[in-house]
Amino acid sequence: MNQRKKTETVVEIKGLHKWYGDFHVLRGIDLAVKLSEIIVICGPSGSGKSSLIRCINGLEHHDKGVITVRGVELSSDVKNIEKIRADVGMVFQQFNLFPHLSVLENLTLGPIWVKKIPKAKAEACALENLKRVQIEEQAYKYPGQLSGGQQQRVAIARSLCMNPSILLFDEPTSALDPEMIKEVLEVMVDLAKDGITMVVVTHEMNFAKSVANWVLFMDEGEIIERNTPEQFFNSPQHERTKLFLSQIL
Amino acid sequence: MKAFFLKWNRAVKWSRKNLFSGPLSTLITVLLMVFLFKTFFPLFNWAIAEAHWNTTAMECREGGGACWSFIGEKARYILFGHYPRSEQWRAVFFILSIFLLFFLGQFRRLWSKYLIWACAVFPFVGTLLMRGGFPGLELVKMEDWGGLPLTLLLAFVGIVVSYPLGILLALGRRSSMPVINALSVCYIELIRGVPLISILFMGSVMFPLLLPEGVTISKVLRAQAAMILFSSAYMAEVVRGGLQAIPRGQYEAAKAIGLGYGQTMGLVVLPQALKIVIPPTVNTFIGLFKDTSLVFIISLSDLLFTTKASFKDAEWLGFSVEGYFFAAFIYFVFCYFMGRVSFRIETEMSR
Ligand SMILES: Nc1ncnc2c1ncn2[C@@H]1O[C@H](COP(=O)(O)OP(=O)(O)O)[C@@H](O)[C@H]1O
Ligand SMILES: [Mg+2]
Repeated sequence: MNQRKKTETVVEIKGLHKWYGDFHVLRGIDLAVKLSEIIVICGPSGSGKSSLIRCINGLEHHDKGVITVRGVELSSDVKNIEKIRADVGMVFQQFNLFPHLSVLENLTLGPIWVKKIPKAKAEACALENLKRVQIEEQAYKYPGQLSGGQQQRVAIARSLCMNPSILLFDEPTSALDPEMIKEVLEVMVDLAKDGITMVVVTHEMNFAKSVANWVLFMDEGEIIERNTPEQFFNSPQHERTKLFLSQIL
Repeated sequence: MKAFFLKWNRAVKWSRKNLFSGPLSTLITVLLMVFLFKTFFPLFNWAIAEAHWNTTAMECREGGGACWSFIGEKARYILFGHYPRSEQWRAVFFILSIFLLFFLGQFRRLWSKYLIWACAVFPFVGTLLMRGGFPGLELVKMEDWGGLPLTLLLAFVGIVVSYPLGILLALGRRSSMPVINALSVCYIELIRGVPLISILFMGSVMFPLLLPEGVTISKVLRAQAAMILFSSAYMAEVVRGGLQAIPRGQYEAAKAIGLGYGQTMGLVVLPQALKIVIPPTVNTFIGLFKDTSLVFIISLSDLLFTTKASFKDAEWLGFSVEGYFFAAFIYFVFCYFMGRVSFRIETEMSR
């Protein structure tokens, strides 16, 4: 990422607040993600990491503050949300592939129906992205016939097929057996090297060390610490960060 | 010879193991055999061995067995009611087409958009054919329809229309829009709380009162509407069960790639949900098919009505058992076909 232009802001979040009923889950989040940046978010369970990234593509609505994706503000207007979602990829902890569709159909669903790309072209693009996650040989299988790691890689390819400006990952390896975590992380590292903008919620600290530009630590709905990986792991500033790191490392 | 002994040996072994494995199982086996013997043979004697096939009513009464001659004599009336004899080919064509659709529906290779379209469009084309009233086809008023075509029409149109209606109602019931949600819930609960008979009565007695003077709607259509109203409420609950089985992650993944509400439902959620509920769906369809026999109370002459009416012929009095057997057989054939097609669809789809 050395001399790549890092000035363009892909996602900008200002003064974000969110409540679940009385529960104040996000308490004033400010965050800017620049083009080709990799941002890793970690923090204890229940600190609001999922809520935060789900706000970015409008899976959760926010109550206060501004979220802009490539200059377009996320409003409550349905058309506006759908447009932003088509530009923001998301990979879930539970993969959430469509079990009634083949791998290839999973990948082409969005391009064909949302982007109105002709089927043949969408399929060609899908096969290319399957190659990128190293499972082009599984194109005609159904999700139920794949291992967890393969499913998650299909899910990543599905997001890539929409040619998104940014990819959001919500604990993409937490539901995987240890031996499958590696294959998924390898794919994510490749994507990082290709300059894809990513926000990743994960506790895989080696991933953070090797590719992240910034590591954020969240606790109780706030971003407590924001640092380069080096500083974050070697000399954390905040007491709570230190405690957290001592627990997971 | 050797092969025979081998088989015999295996049969003896099998029955030792499964039928006579202990005193209790031996007792049950013997009792069941006696029961089968006592019921099956008399039934066989009555229905086949001592039956009369092509005789007069007098000859039937002299012998003891079933009088299938009665069915031979009355089949045309039972099957077609008062549909004009000269136009009967239209009714036959209608019935055969439905058989054909069922038959084709069993083969996976033939499953396609075309077959679904054929099933969706056929009832309306079939109705036009039966009714006629345009150059080339003489008009047969709906009031003159009867027997099997009427039963099939009520069932088939009922199914084809109430299925999509039920889906819409189920979506409405899960909608977050208060008005749509409230309307769907009210409709479903109201209809489910009322017996079909009362809806049929309301359709035939009250509905005409609401119409402006001079406008009339055929009794068949009113019965048809009642059947549709009734079964779409049940369909809605069946579909709702399927919708509830779809995990939230599916909606989220669909939304996350930018699919709108209609696309999310149509491409991701409904295909999965409807597949899960194939068995209860077919259950509802079979129920609807058999419920068509209730239309006799608003004096439509469906299959069961014509069957009963055929008992009244003074010359052929006293053969109602044979008549009911015949009607039951026809109902069974269609319900069996429905069950079979659904089973095929289920096994094919659970690859
Ligand atoms: N839909 C919801 N309704 C109410 N509370 C929720 C909901 N989703 C999450 N929460 C609560 O919000 C808090 C933060 O959740 P989440 O964003 O999933 O945290 P994390 O991903 O960091 O573990 C948790 O305490 C959780 O119980
Ligand atoms: Mg989470």
